[in-house]
Amino acid sequence: MPSLPQGLAASAARGAGRLSQKLGRGGGTTIPGLLLNRLRPEATAEMALAVPRGVVLLSGTNGKTTTARLVRAALDASGTRVVANTAGSNLERGVATALLNSEGAELALFEVDEAALPGLMAQTRPRVVTLMNLFRDQLDRYGELEHLVDRWREAVAELDPAATVIYNADDPAVAEIASGHPSTVSYGIEDPRVGRDRLPHAADTTDCRRCAAPLHYDMVTIAHLGRWSCPECESARDLPDVRATRVELHGLDGQRLSIAAPQGPMEVSLRLPGMHNSYNALAATATASALALTPESIGPALAKREAAFGRAERTQMGSTRVTTLLAKNPAGANENIRIMLLEGGPLHLLVLLNDRTADGQDVSWIWDVDYELLLENDRLASLTVSGDRAYDMALRFRYAGFDPDRLSVVPSVPAALNAALQSSSSTGDLYVLPTYTALLEFQAVLADRGLVPSFWEDR
Amino acid sequence: MSIGQPSVGLCHLYPDHLNIYADRGNIAVFQRRLEWRALSLEVVEVGLGDPIPSDCHLYYLGGGQDRDQMLVAEDLVQKADPLRHAAHDGAVVLGVCGGYQLLGHGYSGADGRRMPGIGLLDLETTAGSSRLIGDVVLNVTLGGQTRTVVGYENHAGRTHLGGGCTPLGHVRRGHGNNGDDRCEGAVAGRRLGTYLHGPLLPKNPWLADTLLGWALEHAGFGVDLEPLDDDLEAAAHGTAATRAGRKR
Repeated sequence: MPSLPQGLAASAARGAGRLSQKLGRGGGTTIPGLLLNRLRPEATAEMALAVPRGVVLLSGTNGKTTTARLVRAALDASGTRVVANTAGSNLERGVATALLNSEGAELALFEVDEAALPGLMAQTRPRVVTLMNLFRDQLDRYGELEHLVDRWREAVAELDPAATVIYNADDPAVAEIASGHPSTVSYGIEDPRVGRDRLPHAADTTDCRRCAAPLHYDMVTIAHLGRWSCPECESARDLPDVRATRVELHGLDGQRLSIAAPQGPMEVSLRLPGMHNSYNALAATATASALALTPESIGPALAKREAAFGRAERTQMGSTRVTTLLAKNPAGANENIRIMLLEGGPLHLLVLLNDRTADGQDVSWIWDVDYELLLENDRLASLTVSGDRAYDMALRFRYAGFDPDRLSVVPSVPAALNAALQSSSSTGDLYVLPTYTALLEFQAVLADRGLVPSFWEDR
Repeated sequence: MSIGQPSVGLCHLYPDHLNIYADRGNIAVFQRRLEWRALSLEVVEVGLGDPIPSDCHLYYLGGGQDRDQMLVAEDLVQKADPLRHAAHDGAVVLGVCGGYQLLGHGYSGADGRRMPGIGLLDLETTAGSSRLIGDVVLNVTLGGQTRTVVGYENHAGRTHLGGGCTPLGHVRRGHGNNGDDRCEGAVAGRRLGTYLHGPLLPKNPWLADTLLGWALEHAGFGVDLEPLDDDLEAAAHGTAATRAGRKR
């Protein structure tokens, strides 16, 4: 098909989006972009070029949505008019759809799927790229982590030298990818009190990128993130430009961070739990600083942001407080377990496991999650498992040694929620751990019961 | 372990480098299914540079990323003799994915590089241009019984068997060894290799018990493994088989 003129292609694509929303097929967050890319493949590049202050791309296995929301909050507070993509619409089509509605925007801010990042870097020619982390995730979809590392490295090599690369210094693979670029800002955690001294099972990049010797860590924060150095060659983590010198975790309620940055020190209170959110806040701070925002404006903006869609989101259902903790891979799931264990008392869980494209069709990742930690000291009082692969999750806990009498398998999500609410009535606290599409299903169940808006209305 | 209680010695090869497809799930299945029958498993972990013991009853090699598998291959070929002796004497050897390839003669990469194997299974692997990915259902015959085995495959290698081994299973759904001959995995005596993970054993308890039975026999214990309540396993097996039958 020949390429259509831009105006015509854009009008057709916008029309398709409105139609999709009217027909109740979705929020119109991907169809217009999908159509636009078919009608005029160069449209994304053209529209990106037309954004006056340029494009910012954020990518990584975990934390994209939350970090984009934090940066967005800082930009909004500064009065910058921003176009951004919606949570989950982070492939080429989602970015194209967002750009269709970029009229009047000064700056574009996109969270980007890690496999889609190289292509979108070539198309949108960003002024800032934030590289957050690479964890083992969805091997069926992304292939091995090493291939992503290679593709990211090639994409950074092609980047405009004047563009700023912001990267997580605590991730050895990401640090190596960024190391060749002339203009970088690094971030990381410097507070030794929050670290561990050994790597968890799900750690990925634990050998030196240069000489393949096993890396030494004097502190491990999450999975393979931490203060690393190679005992054989010169390779080592540098002191990050933007660093958390103090991390005070307050369980599910949030945390307090002391951040040192070239622009000056900051004290940030976050309403987001866990060390993965410490990293998200650091990534957001570094990104906002690269966009010339000041510490005085960034800190208060971050403090206001609440959890994104399903990321430690809390909903009151009758007398039960329901906390939803999304996890799509071992690193994320392990962080959720850590957060729950910080709360006192017996735990009641509803785990929702789907195996659709957006979740990863290969569910073997659940065996890399340290669910065993929940069984230590008998903390797990009840477990309800649900979703397409409910029985796989049941087996995961059976072979972890969980008491089968406290386990219910309820494949239908609405029925599972009822069962879990029943089981958790003694504490009035229920934790829901869904994969991505299971989260969408769960939100739909809550929306049916009038508890939350549909996801594209407010996200 | 109480005195006289039958115990299986398992050698877990390279748990730090070959663990990409949740291989520890397979180890957990061996462990629990023995414990639930008042038997026990003793695990010896062997990493890069560590010697391989020759007196284990069961040897396990999991899957790794290309980079890790190459590191392991160079280490393994130098020290595989105790493993060869044990296998020759009747120990059980299970290789999954990358571990399966390492049990063969070698792997020829797309870049022309050769990764050596240890030749415990008569098979050869070459890199394909695409990855073979998805749910798999096999018909497997072992010890005179035929059952379905389910799993998930994700491999670029195309494996072809020589005359010294037979396929583990016939592919009903999925790609198998090479996507062409409808064969999956390989068996020679008590040596067994497969591309199936998921992990392999939780949803295929019959296969797990077959391997444990062999290992106990090799250990000199004439134990009949009593049946367990495998309702959850059967349900998960059924779900996986249904997913494999559906275009997604």
